[in-house]
Amino acid sequence: MSDKLLDWTRGVEAIVYQDCGACGKAQYFHRSFCAACGAPEPAEKSASGAGTVYATSLVCRAATPETRAHVPYNIVLVDTTEGFRMMAHGDNDLAIGDKVTARYEPFAGRLVPYFTKVN
Amino acid sequence: MSFITGVGLTSYGKHEGSSSLDLMSKAAELAIEDAGLKRSEIDGILCGYSTVSPHIMLATVFAEHFGIQPSYAHAVQVGGATGLAMTMLAHHLVEAGVVKHVLVVGGENRLTGQSRDASIQALAQVGHPDYEVTLGPTIPAYYGLVASRYMHEYGVTQEDLAEFAVLMRSHALTHPGAQFHDAITVADVMASKPVAMPLKLLDCCPVSDGGAAFVISREATGTIGVQVRGCAQAHTHQHVTAAPALSELGAEIAIANAKAASGLAISDVRYAAVYDSFTITLAMLLEDLGLAGRGEAAAKVRSGHFGRSGAMPLNTHGGLLSYGHCGVGGAMAHLVETHLQMTDRAGKRQVRDASIALLHGDGGVLSSHVSMFLERVR
Repeated sequence: MSDKLLDWTRGVEAIVYQDCGACGKAQYFHRSFCAACGAPEPAEKSASGAGTVYATSLVCRAATPETRAHVPYNIVLVDTTEGFRMMAHGDNDLAIGDKVTARYEPFAGRLVPYFTKVN
Repeated sequence: MSFITGVGLTSYGKHEGSSSLDLMSKAAELAIEDAGLKRSEIDGILCGYSTVSPHIMLATVFAEHFGIQPSYAHAVQVGGATGLAMTMLAHHLVEAGVVKHVLVVGGENRLTGQSRDASIQALAQVGHPDYEVTLGPTIPAYYGLVASRYMHEYGVTQEDLAEFAVLMRSHALTHPGAQFHDAITVADVMASKPVAMPLKLLDCCPVSDGGAAFVISREATGTIGVQVRGCAQAHTHQHVTAAPALSELGAEIAIANAKAASGLAISDVRYAAVYDSFTITLAMLLEDLGLAGRGEAAAKVRSGHFGRSGAMPLNTHGGLLSYGHCGVGGAMAHLVETHLQMTDRAGKRQVRDASIALLHGDGGVLSSHVSMFLERVR
């Protein structure tokens, strides 16, 4: 039984994923089982923060006063080196295919993962 | 066998002072009258949802309000695919002999019943509460992500996407019920305010008030029958983070199964009604369904292929992009227009031949899909 690791969704500077011991599949949305094969208790692991940009969308029209203070902000999907995809923020000029690494930034009263380009 | 025997549609835009139930009732009354039925002959009700007036039992709330006591009733929630999903269920219900006449109804005062911010925020909740919504995305951002990837993989440009907005607007100009009646150009779309890049304001459907309804029956009630030939669904994910590769999305699965269920091919189709919440949605779905080659849909728009006089008339009422989008009713307008075209009642929008139609709905972020073939029979 692996311990629960805290991540950015709980205010900690970390990206945590689950790794299935049975089928080897990495999953990002946490559950008590592997969604690919159903095996119980996938191991919790901290991700390196390294990945590749899969998609981007620069938000220019936000829907709440808290998020409006941040426009424009870039929502990105990143394929991590650990093999799962995640949504995060990133530099406004990120392009698909860019190699990126994560840091953490405040956003609307929370901490969110924020990706910048690495060379 | 099942037949769409009646359709009803309000204008979309502002219906100041109308509740969701008011708009549902108005559309329902039109559909029942169109089917040549009495209210008391409706024995099944399927309804969608209202973000303005949520209720855990909307179908019975509506039935009581409308004044009927059906033997079968409940709500259905599949986002933008709800209208076609209800139609598919109604088709199976009447085929199975559970009921004779199902009223399918959707309506919402989404524009005047709440602020635009409230609508945008309510809809963003289709995202994952912990891993997505906390990042401040909006529905346009979810589709903006998909658009960026699709454009990257298939060489589609923002100007290409703009063509779909221009086409839908040109169609809306000929429909008095449409929300927008000002012509737009590709340059107008390109110059419109950025919302969630690459999507700009005119790439996005509006928020509207409106209602739509159909009656699905075991037998045709008019001289021209509109028969449900076959339909299928596919659900590959809910959240865009968990979406499969672009080549494995649900539209391709749904259409393959709908073709098998109906025995029809894309080459049989004479009229298309395809979900168009954003320009990218329409571009992708047309290509996923096989109504255009990969990356070629915009060129087909430019050549007039999807126009009223083209080889494959598409959303001749103006679609979500320009007729309007009131939630569940939004994409139901596509089916109402298809029915009018198939029964030669589309007036100055009438196409030459709408004998076989393909409809496709999408809910979530290309999460849930329903494909349906309709055929005109006499």
